[in-house]
Amino acid sequence: MKPIIELIKELADKHGRNRHSLLPILQGVVEQERYLSEYSMIEIARELDIPATEVYGTATFYTFLDYKKMGRNIIRVCKTITCSMKGEKQIMLAIEDMLKIKIGETTQDGLFSLLQTNCLGLCHKAPAMLINNEVYTDLTPEKIREILTMYMNRKDEGENNVN
Amino acid sequence: MPKNYFMGKNLKITINGATVEVAKGASILDAAGQAGVIIPTLCYHKDLCVAGNCRVCVVELVGQKRLSPACATPCEEGMEVLTNTLKVRNSRKHIIELLLSEHNADCTSCYKNGKCELQSLASEYKIMNQDFINLIPFHNYTIDMFSPSIIKDDSKCIRCQRCVRTCAELQGVNALTMSYKGEHAKITTFFEKAMNDVVCTNCGQCINHCPTGALVEKNYIEEVWNAIADKTKHVVVQTAPSVRVGLGEELGFEPGERVTGKMVSALKRLGFDAVMDTDFTADLTIMEEGTELLTRLKKALVDKDPNIKLPMTTSCSPGWIKFIEHMYPEYLGNLSSCKSPQQMFGALVKTYYAKARNLDPANIISVSIMPCTAKKFEANRPEMHDSGYRDVDLVLTTRELAIMIKQAGIDFLKLEDSHYDRLMGESTGAGVIFGATGGVMEAALRTAYELVTGREVPFENLNINPVRGIEGIREATIKIENTLKEWSFLEGVELKCAIAHGLANAKIVMDEIKSGKANYHFIEFMACPGGCLGGGGQPLPTSPEIRARRAAAIYAEDAGMPLRKSHLNPEVVKIYKDFLVKPCGEMSHKLLHTKYTPRKRR
Amino acid sequence: MSTNYQLKRADFIFKNENDWEEVLSKSISRPPQELINELISSELKGRGGAGFPTGLKWKVSSEVKSDVKYVICNADEGEPGTFKDREILSMVPFKVLTAIAICGYVIGAKEGFIYLRGEYNFLRPELLKAINEFEYYCKEIKLDFSIKIFMGSGAYICGEETALFESMEGKRGEPRNKPPYPTLSGYMGKPTVINNVETLAHTYTIFKYGSKRFYDLGVQYSRGSKLFSVSGDTPKPGIYELELGMSLSDFVEEFGDDDTKAVQVGGASGFLVPRKRFSETNIGFQGKLVGISLPTGGSMMLFNSSRSMYNVLDNYLNFFAEESCGQCTPCRVGCQQLLKGIKAVKRGEKNAQYLDKMLKLAETMQVTAKCGLGQSVGNSFSSIVENFREEMIY
Repeated sequence: MKPIIELIKELADKHGRNRHSLLPILQGVVEQERYLSEYSMIEIARELDIPATEVYGTATFYTFLDYKKMGRNIIRVCKTITCSMKGEKQIMLAIEDMLKIKIGETTQDGLFSLLQTNCLGLCHKAPAMLINNEVYTDLTPEKIREILTMYMNRKDEGENNVN
Repeated sequence: MPKNYFMGKNLKITINGATVEVAKGASILDAAGQAGVIIPTLCYHKDLCVAGNCRVCVVELVGQKRLSPACATPCEEGMEVLTNTLKVRNSRKHIIELLLSEHNADCTSCYKNGKCELQSLASEYKIMNQDFINLIPFHNYTIDMFSPSIIKDDSKCIRCQRCVRTCAELQGVNALTMSYKGEHAKITTFFEKAMNDVVCTNCGQCINHCPTGALVEKNYIEEVWNAIADKTKHVVVQTAPSVRVGLGEELGFEPGERVTGKMVSALKRLGFDAVMDTDFTADLTIMEEGTELLTRLKKALVDKDPNIKLPMTTSCSPGWIKFIEHMYPEYLGNLSSCKSPQQMFGALVKTYYAKARNLDPANIISVSIMPCTAKKFEANRPEMHDSGYRDVDLVLTTRELAIMIKQAGIDFLKLEDSHYDRLMGESTGAGVIFGATGGVMEAALRTAYELVTGREVPFENLNINPVRGIEGIREATIKIENTLKEWSFLEGVELKCAIAHGLANAKIVMDEIKSGKANYHFIEFMACPGGCLGGGGQPLPTSPEIRARRAAAIYAEDAGMPLRKSHLNPEVVKIYKDFLVKPCGEMSHKLLHTKYTPRKRR
Repeated sequence: MSTNYQLKRADFIFKNENDWEEVLSKSISRPPQELINELISSELKGRGGAGFPTGLKWKVSSEVKSDVKYVICNADEGEPGTFKDREILSMVPFKVLTAIAICGYVIGAKEGFIYLRGEYNFLRPELLKAINEFEYYCKEIKLDFSIKIFMGSGAYICGEETALFESMEGKRGEPRNKPPYPTLSGYMGKPTVINNVETLAHTYTIFKYGSKRFYDLGVQYSRGSKLFSVSGDTPKPGIYELELGMSLSDFVEEFGDDDTKAVQVGGASGFLVPRKRFSETNIGFQGKLVGISLPTGGSMMLFNSSRSMYNVLDNYLNFFAEESCGQCTPCRVGCQQLLKGIKAVKRGEKNAQYLDKMLKLAETMQVTAKCGLGQSVGNSFSSIVENFREEMIY
């Protein structure tokens, strides 16, 4: 994994150093690091010559730009009405049970974080969730076991980039 | 959007049935102002760009179901505006009730009690029931009291974002931002750090623009009362130039009325042992800084010393100092090494004054009345101990002084005038104009020019008009001719001066210097719009008109003084004779000059 | 009273005859004014939910003078229960790209963007391939037009056009004051046409077949067909292209059953229609149809008798309280008050009359909120509370 300063410089070279380049750069850092640390926000501010508070204010607006440390695989389970009607709670319980974490927490080994999200646009195949950028639909507690096991095995095989 | 986007033609609208003619591009709020119709606002402020987020100013447009915000809706030909329908009033009541439901409405224990815009609205609309659910318990609001100047109480914030816009547009400091979204949306610093842990310059402009008690100055009223009551202590107070043209606004006077004499009387009645004038050290600053400037010019122009940094900039505005320490630390060498008049005064009170009055400096408490919140930070700076003690112990803003006067039961309107005490209470007109943007420059020129040429500045009545005014950045060039022999190296030099007020303008000038575009010799920087008279500690509300009136008062005060040049101040002459020996001499460097601290950019 | 309007299926959007190159080159050889007139006479209205006449939008932007103009495809599909744009972009992306380019030709823009919601990141690789191929063809026919994807990062409010611009400009997605309107001052303050994905797909149909084919579908004021995203308690969840103007009872006959208690039309910012009003409700845009006419982005969520309307409303209000940008008072605080309010009534902490106070608050939000989000919260709130009052209390 690239050191953050290098990553930010590359992203700025790619997207530009204007104010309107900010969001793609933030997304690029989150893609690699899974969250925006204080340090990375300060570096981005410096690279784009904008105030650090503006970076913070903008980043914290967007749900997918986490600013607290996250695990490698961020699970986002949809909690909007259709998924909620079709068994989201059971899915949540299954994940919490298997990973031994609650919503908002990260596993000890840093492999998974569990969050909720709003409508993913997969309502006809509810309940649905995202893990990083991957979509999983028609979920059942059994499927959850399968999916999470797959991610755990990927880690053992040394694959860290799971998108 | 710029206000004059469509300037040129006029158009007609009706407000509550009456026809109003307005310039194209004017908002409904502007039109209402013309027509004598008052529409209440909260997020709107004359100094700032339009936000349109509080929704208090909503009005009804005939033919439209939705209400429109008066501040953000441009007038269109034939528009029919209704400002007092049942729908408008009921909606407005709801908005106020909503704001109160997420607001710590414990008014009697709030510093802004009686001066809060939300409170006034609630009173006007007679919000006597709160049916909505109190949202405070769900929010985990915090109060940040870490800064010596500013207290930030999130439980009182109405998210009007005036402070964010002020800190960003007006000051270019960007210490505050709106963060998160939805029910969690609030105004924070970078990563919610304490105000004194980020780039905040303590200028207090956010306080000046906050409609509620979310941002207030840290007040030291009780500490000052305790000091005065302590019989073992000798309490000395100094008053800044701007206080005398602002104080009246808190005590029954119109903006722009000078209350110098009454202010001194009030201070004496409050119980201070000595009431002296910061204007004295303002004159002193001119002697020190003028000498410093001429010395730098000589070293640069004659000795061709490459280490001499030009332009030299003023250093009396602590908001400006913290700004340059954070943003342009590589230019700290350009700052004058002179302390501000407040700090010079503090250092001299516990040395020169103590000696003259035969007092033990350990028993002197030095208090200052300032239009400024950054001065509270400045007095706290670790290096401000050159007297051997804390040079300035307590700083009160103009607003706090007014509170003390009222608490003491003084009927300010009926007060007789008094004079400052001797030794450090004499001043010239050059000292008082420090309070206005361009004033330090003008005072410096009056003395420096005469020092170098032996003649007065070539401006009628010593009023150097080119440096006066309200534009954010001003330039003036003074040609130096027919110098005295010892200053012949300045013969023919065109002294290029610049004046900037408001930190956003300071940023522009500093960026010009950085890019090599600027070639000034001397720059006056003031952190606050209008200079100190618009400072973070001055009476509220503030507006361009009010600041203009205060400025007029300052220049009137200057014009009416018997002495108008700093070097003629007899107490200044005396202090050099008896104590300091000469400007920028050893004693001066020990007590009256200082160093600066480079800081991080966030 | 039903209009006896049977559900009429249409098949324009997903029918793919791989003729986009022809449609594009033919369209840009026609005078822009002709294309605008085609759209205007088709009476196509925006399919994202707001229903603004598309032809008029393109017309205004084409007439204003500016050095730079933009075309933006709003793919920030976030309305609960809506998933049609995802399908369009997966199945027939070239129709959308073609429409964007034609719009650029009409108004004089050289750059187009697709604002794609962050949740649809998995669509990106294929979409980029399509854009690559598309731009290659544009070069061949000497059309100076480029399309870029701008990714969102999880903010429903960025579907609001001015909030979308703010987001693309690297700021918080806080909606702007209108006026000025996007057609005159949008992205970077320049004239911008911003259209929903489906709207653009329909313009493709109109440019290919002419306005009459489109106009002949639907009913007065609600011409053409629309994609409906059907989910919830239905045996047939999925995406269906239907003519506008159908009655809700006809819809439920096809997609629901005797146990269908209510239908949420238009997502959380739409209206909940109870069974007793199915026949008098028509799906289209405001107009002089019989009964109520509901504008919609096409989200249709069906609820059977096992569903608690309280839970449904609670879910919506949670959604809005989270997704509101937080800028304006009525929305930021109003959403919280409504959410906590129904909880309090349910728990017995406040009596039933408090519901009436909240209905009034919802009305205030409708007329004072700064953008469509705050203005629409009252839609579902009022329709649910008024029709299922007992479920709020007991």
